[in-house]
Amino acid sequence: MQLTESHRQYWRKNLNITSVLLAIWFVVTFVVSYFARDLSFNFFGWPFSFWMGAQGSLVIYCVIIWFYARYMGKLDIEHGVAESED
Amino acid sequence: MAGLFGDDAGGVSNAAANKAFKQNLNKIYKWYVGGFIAFVAVLAVLEQMGLSREWIGYIFLLATIGLYAGIGFMSRTSDAAEYYVAGRRVPAVYNGMATGADWMSAASFIGMAGTLYLTGYGGLAFIMGWTGGYCLVALFLAPYLRKFGQFTIPDFLGERYGGNTARFIGIFAAILCSFTYVVAQIYGVGLITSRLTGVAFELGIFLGLGGILVCSFLGGMRAVTWTQVAQYIVLIVAYMIPVVWLSVKQTSVPIPQAIYGFQLQKVTEAEKKLTSDPKELEVREVFKQRSAALAEKLKDPAAALAKDKADAEKKIADLKAASAPAAEIAAAEKALAGLPKDAADAKKRWTAAKASADTKARPLNGMPPHAQQFAGDPNGDAKAKEAYDTSRRNFLALIFCLMVGTAALPHILMRYYTVPSVREARESVTWSLFFIFLLYFTAPALAVLVKYEVFTAMVGLPFDKLPAWVAAWAKVDPTLLSVTDVNKDGFFQLNEMSIGGDIIVLATPEIGGLPYVISGLVAAGGLAAALSTADGLLLTIANALSHDLYYKMIDPNASTARRVAISKTLLLVVALAAAYVAAQKPADILFLVSAAFSFAAAAFFPALTLGIFWKRATGIGASLGMVAGLGVTFYYMVMNQPWLRGVFGVTSPVDLWWGIQPISAGLFGVPVGFAVIILVSLVTPAPNKKIQELVEHVRYPNLVAR
Repeated sequence: MQLTESHRQYWRKNLNITSVLLAIWFVVTFVVSYFARDLSFNFFGWPFSFWMGAQGSLVIYCVIIWFYARYMGKLDIEHGVAESED
Repeated sequence: MAGLFGDDAGGVSNAAANKAFKQNLNKIYKWYVGGFIAFVAVLAVLEQMGLSREWIGYIFLLATIGLYAGIGFMSRTSDAAEYYVAGRRVPAVYNGMATGADWMSAASFIGMAGTLYLTGYGGLAFIMGWTGGYCLVALFLAPYLRKFGQFTIPDFLGERYGGNTARFIGIFAAILCSFTYVVAQIYGVGLITSRLTGVAFELGIFLGLGGILVCSFLGGMRAVTWTQVAQYIVLIVAYMIPVVWLSVKQTSVPIPQAIYGFQLQKVTEAEKKLTSDPKELEVREVFKQRSAALAEKLKDPAAALAKDKADAEKKIADLKAASAPAAEIAAAEKALAGLPKDAADAKKRWTAAKASADTKARPLNGMPPHAQQFAGDPNGDAKAKEAYDTSRRNFLALIFCLMVGTAALPHILMRYYTVPSVREARESVTWSLFFIFLLYFTAPALAVLVKYEVFTAMVGLPFDKLPAWVAAWAKVDPTLLSVTDVNKDGFFQLNEMSIGGDIIVLATPEIGGLPYVISGLVAAGGLAAALSTADGLLLTIANALSHDLYYKMIDPNASTARRVAISKTLLLVVALAAAYVAAQKPADILFLVSAAFSFAAAAFFPALTLGIFWKRATGIGASLGMVAGLGVTFYYMVMNQPWLRGVFGVTSPVDLWWGIQPISAGLFGVPVGFAVIILVSLVTPAPNKKIQELVEHVRYPNLVAR
């Protein structure tokens, strides 16, 4: 079928949010780990980078996925591509 | 009773029915949790009244496997949609729990905390890698695969890339990674069963296999889903109780995850003290001398062995001449019989012994300081700098492979076919990660708490005052734990203990001073973790063979009943084959598991993501890309991994690319896969209109003209 302008916008917005969240994922995982030795100031007892590896990054991963599900759920409705609840 | 977990006539899938179904599930699992807690409480009371440990082990084993079997039996089905994808109406939360159990294997449950104990910060690569991968699942795969809505991962490859080549490579890769993985799970099942009840390892394997088969054989995905939910509940309860208890004991705060930072500080202080402790130095000196003596022997193993033999024979003769006690003579004869058989054997054994002595000659029993990020020193000399860079590079590479591998393992991706809608698929990933997070958040805390216990409470104790669990576990399996007074001062030093990672979780209840019933609970949790993962993997393999190979490629006219029957038969065959391989105790099983991640990453991730996000990706490109990615990964492993080098008879010198360890071979396979798909796609004709429309179809949850 022919895609409408609204469909194209939906997909563009999806790609945008995906890249933003992926960038956050990348920074949290690889940039923080790369500079782990330099980021070892005390954070409630843990060296900061150790805490990030053991807890901080995990929390952020959860938030990324939760936010994506919420954002896309709304976007589906906005652009009329949500599944019908019959 | 089959109706408890959905009826076969489950064609009606509407919001109201789904809601009622979910409420029914909530009720069932609430009863289940209550019943389980009551069961443990009753056992605890019985233990106080004198029930023996052996019986507690048997009861736990039989009760949990019986329970899983019951759920499996109630969920029996021969309907294709029920058998392959549980009727596509598993609510997001429950699919999250099932994915959590599917995901967390024996390695996560038992091995993870041990790895963290032994490697400190380095072990966090597993924590991050095995959770962060779900971001990739959520952003790139789960919603689109759900919209595609078929039965397996090769299904998607076959439809998207047109023709059977891509599908066939997909089948091959799915079986390759799932089979190596399932062997490791069945091995774990055998280990735990034999520990729990004291039966022989091989018998343990087949007992466990029975447990796996009753879950998946009758009801396929439907049965596996509902047993996995039950197994998740067992495993998470079993993991949390001892850690919380240990935390209360050490810090009187019941939330170990929140306060172990302070314990880590104390561990770091203890590490500094132990590194320069004169008694520790004494022990390390002994190991240094042992290593030097072995190095001397290794210069000419044949001569050294001959001398050892002559010495041992002379000792026996002397003892006999002096009419020493029979026990002493017997011991000397045993020592003679225990000598290596020939020079080659001697070389092998002495090299291993030297490596272990070398490790124990290092500070902290060869473990790096727990909080230290990477080996080496960026501000030190050239060698220290090099060590630092290589160690950091490998840490990042391992995270990358584990993450991309997570997002490409067929048995995980398959789970997202079972939810009712795309929206629920997205939510379901959130729940999956949340349930996995609960355990992964806790494992590093457990490692630090146990380390604190060993470093501060045990080191320096007289040998006869060591806690009882040390002797108990040393008796069960000396490779897991052994202590010897190396410098003969009567006091325990850190380097006098040899510890295997697996013991950390298994011994925690005893370290915390909990009753034996909790130890039984932990073993049942480990069993649940291994069984649930094995179920998911076996189903993936059987489905790849029956659905993709037989139905889609060999006999497209086969009836539903026939396909399901074939799938069940294959499940049995694959399970027996995996049990047979596991009973051989293949070397380096941990390596095989990690290898499965690199294989999955290189084979599936590029083809799946490009298939969704790039309409121009062509069938030829994808097929070649998958082969190239797998090929590079396999080549790198075979050339550089010691065990595989032995298997394939590689003799050329080890040549690491940028110092990357073979466990992270996917680091090279994944980019090669992407590059080949993109380049070949650009020079081959674009996919036809039907395939382009399929891509559009998966991108939108509901594509209708307005």
